[in-house]
Amino acid sequence: MAAGAKRSAQSTGDAWERVKLARDPARPQTLDYINGLCQGFFELHGDRCFRDDPAIVAGLGYFGRQPVALVGHQRGHSTAERLKRNFGRPHPEGYRKAARLFELAERFGLPVITFIDTQGAEPGVGAEERGQAEAIARCLVLMARLEVPVVSCVVGEGGSGGALALGVANAILMLENACYSVITPEGCAAILWRESTPENVARAAGMLGLCAPELLRLAVVDEIVPEPGGGAQADPEAAVRLLGVVLRRHLARLARLGPQKLRRARQRKFAAMGVPFLLPGAVANSGPSG
Amino acid sequence: MTSSTTEAVAARARPEELWVKCPGCGQIAFRKEVERNLNVCPKCGHHLRLTLEQRLAVTLDPGSWRELFADLAPGDPLGFADAKPYPKRLEEARRKTGRLDAVSVGLGRIEGRALALAVMDFGFMGGSMGTVVGEKLSRLFERAAQARLPVVIFSTSGGARMQEGTLSLMQMAKVSCAIARLRERRLPYLSVLCDPTTGGVAASFAMQGDLNLAEPGALIGFAGRRVIEQTTHERLPENFQRAEFMLAHGMLDAIVPRHLMRSTLARLLVLLAPGRRRALAPTVLAGG
Ligand SMILES: [Zn+2]
Repeated sequence: MAAGAKRSAQSTGDAWERVKLARDPARPQTLDYINGLCQGFFELHGDRCFRDDPAIVAGLGYFGRQPVALVGHQRGHSTAERLKRNFGRPHPEGYRKAARLFELAERFGLPVITFIDTQGAEPGVGAEERGQAEAIARCLVLMARLEVPVVSCVVGEGGSGGALALGVANAILMLENACYSVITPEGCAAILWRESTPENVARAAGMLGLCAPELLRLAVVDEIVPEPGGGAQADPEAAVRLLGVVLRRHLARLARLGPQKLRRARQRKFAAMGVPFLLPGAVANSGPSG
Repeated sequence: MTSSTTEAVAARARPEELWVKCPGCGQIAFRKEVERNLNVCPKCGHHLRLTLEQRLAVTLDPGSWRELFADLAPGDPLGFADAKPYPKRLEEARRKTGRLDAVSVGLGRIEGRALALAVMDFGFMGGSMGTVVGEKLSRLFERAAQARLPVVIFSTSGGARMQEGTLSLMQMAKVSCAIARLRERRLPYLSVLCDPTTGGVAASFAMQGDLNLAEPGALIGFAGRRVIEQTTHERLPENFQRAEFMLAHGMLDAIVPRHLMRSTLARLLVLLAPGRRRALAPTVLAGG
């Protein structure tokens, strides 16, 4: 795996620059994409259990002439909005609101579009008491069995299970400067070297393989969505338009598949994840049959 | 190993191997006595962590275990290297545990009932989930669906394996897809959360059981205690994220002491016996 090591070394500085770009609050966020790409958006609130979590936005609208369900993390642009939305770090009730939307979409045959943009689920006493792990786990298994098209767009920073909870999709699109990782570079550096110095964090970012080209190579994402020159924050409207073009193509493709086919295709897609990287000779009989 | 050689080895063993200090009450007990008690402290009832082999031994009918897919091994998709390259870490874990990754899956019997079983190994890189754990669990659920068997998983894990990056994260979704398939076939999956079960494993299959059970005192949660203390500066309750705390907050169906685990699993598997969308029992129909 010398090639892998070499690539990681080369991309160290580059990866950390991308993470910083992905976190830029001037980049378009879920509500910007929804407002730019959908007509007649009607926001829905609450998990019917505890409260409404502003870190996740959910609702119904039209993508072209097609009614769709929309769910995404919202970090916030201004300081006030970021505080209100807990910097896009959802509590369990955010995931339970998302789950409610997924069930609604299934019941009424609406395609689901999700936008992933969070450093991770909230770590806190209340979040643990109300079952952060269970709330995320529920979203995963629920998305796995939906019989409607699901497209996920990684638009900013996708961090660990809190991001994946909106990501069990038929098609996973990733913006050019977005990242998607099992752990934040800061968290990784703290585990590996005890200290999150800027050098350690940049090194960790390079090692985690969290940039779009690397994730396309690993078949974690299906397509990289180009950003306008200089990045999405430089021209948010153009970034929204560019995602719209790719999103439209994938929704049109998935619209041709029947309910069971959609579910099976999604399950097969995830069953295949990682299989090519198991050691040679150990890959026979892999994946579900039937 | 015969019992006489076992005793000969024990006689030569260092004192700290003959005695065990209970992490619960701090008392010293004779190791053999603790082991006879299923590694539960005879003085305070603290459940010590089991190795994978010990778990199999206390769970399954003797001689019933048939391991599957034991030859699956991970590659090094990222060329990950910190102080040591990832393949070197894997090699060390293999020497320590005698297996290729952090889970064993297979078929076995509990009180005569056939089931598909997975046991995680915390001793193998903290029981972390990478591509092999995901693939083995996924295949086990698939095998169970084909053979119409119930599934039981004993989890113990710190979460997703950093060294395989985003592919590790995706294994949470992969196993969730396999569980969704089992649900479609109406076959039961019982999840048993053991000390500790946190991070990406807690936030996926460990919390997706038709029933979620736990051993007493098991640490269960999404975020690590240290992370929560650092981010929130809150003082955490003494039993924070323990099984008893999780039960009280509605996240578990039951806490099952180790000496009752076998009989409890057998009883629950009968109640949820697979595939029988059965007619109601005659007494129920008669209203009696
Ligand atoms: Zn004790």
